Amino acid sequence: MKHLLSAGDLDREEALLVLDTAQELLAVAQRPVKKLPTLRGRTIVNLFFEDSTRTRISFEAAAKRLSADVINFNAKGSSVSKGESLKDTALTLQAMGADAVVIRHSASGAPHLLATSQWMRGAVVNAGDGTHEHPTQALLDAFTMRRHLGDLDGKKVVIVGDVLHSRVARSNALLLNTLGADVTLVAPPTLLPVGVQTWPVQTSFNLDESLEGADAVMMLRVQRERMNASFFPSAREYSRRYGLDKQRVSRMGDHAIVMHPGPMNRGMEITADVADSTRSVIVEQVTNGVAVRMAVLYLLLSGSPAPEADAS
Amino acid sequence: MVASASNMARQVLDATDIKRAITRITHEILEKNRDSSDLVLIGIPTRGIELAERIAAKMSEVEGSDLRAGSLDVTMYRDDLRMRPARALEPTNLPDDIDGKIVILIDDVLMSGRTIRAALDALNDHGRPRAVQLAVLVDRGHRELPIRADFVGKNLPTSKSERVQVRLSETDQADDSVTISGGDE
Repeated sequence: MKHLLSAGDLDREEALLVLDTAQELLAVAQRPVKKLPTLRGRTIVNLFFEDSTRTRISFEAAAKRLSADVINFNAKGSSVSKGESLKDTALTLQAMGADAVVIRHSASGAPHLLATSQWMRGAVVNAGDGTHEHPTQALLDAFTMRRHLGDLDGKKVVIVGDVLHSRVARSNALLLNTLGADVTLVAPPTLLPVGVQTWPVQTSFNLDESLEGADAVMMLRVQRERMNASFFPSAREYSRRYGLDKQRVSRMGDHAIVMHPGPMNRGMEITADVADSTRSVIVEQVTNGVAVRMAVLYLLLSGSPAPEADAS
Repeated sequence: MVASASNMARQVLDATDIKRAITRITHEILEKNRDSSDLVLIGIPTRGIELAERIAAKMSEVEGSDLRAGSLDVTMYRDDLRMRPARALEPTNLPDDIDGKIVILIDDVLMSGRTIRAALDALNDHGRPRAVQLAVLVDRGHRELPIRADFVGKNLPTSKSERVQVRLSETDQADDSVTISGGDE
């Protein structure tokens, strides 16, 4: 594993390695000294072309807990807003000696370009590109589900909402499929992407039916900032048909969990009482996010590809 | 460095020898520290854990108390992380509080001392033990750091090109043994 660009790049073994590693790293947060010396002297650049507080903070915390040096590069107010190209930004980062770049970009495929272009040598981690993918979110979601549900093989996961604009949904669908879970996407027809038939999922327009027997339900944020056309008649109608409320939660088994990648629109895709209920693992997802990102950075940055045999 | 089936793998300790060594180490630990009340036994993965458990079981028997062994993964503290492929982490399972306790680190083979250096750093991040002592099943020399073991099952002079293999029944699903293989080609 040199880069993490897509959740689909991980085979089952690699995905489980990340999740198992994260499991051990989760305990670091409980220790008196919440820091490991593993990436001492390494430089990780958070290259964020799109606003994101949660993901950036999570990556920053993860890198700092591994003792890496973190440079935050926000496009706003930087050379990018003066018209610098991705290539020149990458060359600059290479010249500064970045060992890894965590990139968030509004253009789908930007991390892929950065990783394959030879502009820079470091590892590239996709922290969300356009409407394409957000692999670390999928990993932390799978991690959270595993902690509550055990092995994900055969588990039923329902992903609800704005699938069309959601990189979280795509990455989750790919990763959960790799891990053996059954994924159902529930959305209004206008919010399902073209070509969803080729995804390894089932689709449905009926939330109530899909929730029967589900082990986990993941609500997606309605991304108003990405909507330049009206995809549904009104917010009220949307939350009536696709919002998660108490009554709908009761259709799932007692063990089932409620997830949301955040930030939530309370009252829109999820009601406040469900978001704050004991079934909700939304806050835990944030905690787990740091551990999962630590695991990803550790696995990408430590070690050379050439194995060397040595005793003790 | 991988031992082939045809080479002269030489067994230096068998199951009985290992059992005796563990019994002796247990008594030496108790003798040196007077009693077991402040002791924390910590194994270094993977085989150190099983050794620590065996020492804990033996010590419980001798002392008539219930002693448990913990484990401490040192992977993230190693100094050779950049030279090797990333490895999976092993479990760390320490008692809540090691402050003021006497920690006995337990590993199977002591050679360069780098694993123990990493373990000392890792311990440091978990608390401040009153003292740290080291017990190993095999000490094969070739130290690269100023580290020595307090309790040794067997001193085993080896050449650097040889390979020492410890097998323990639970970890390896095989009879307990210590073998040397390889050497000058």
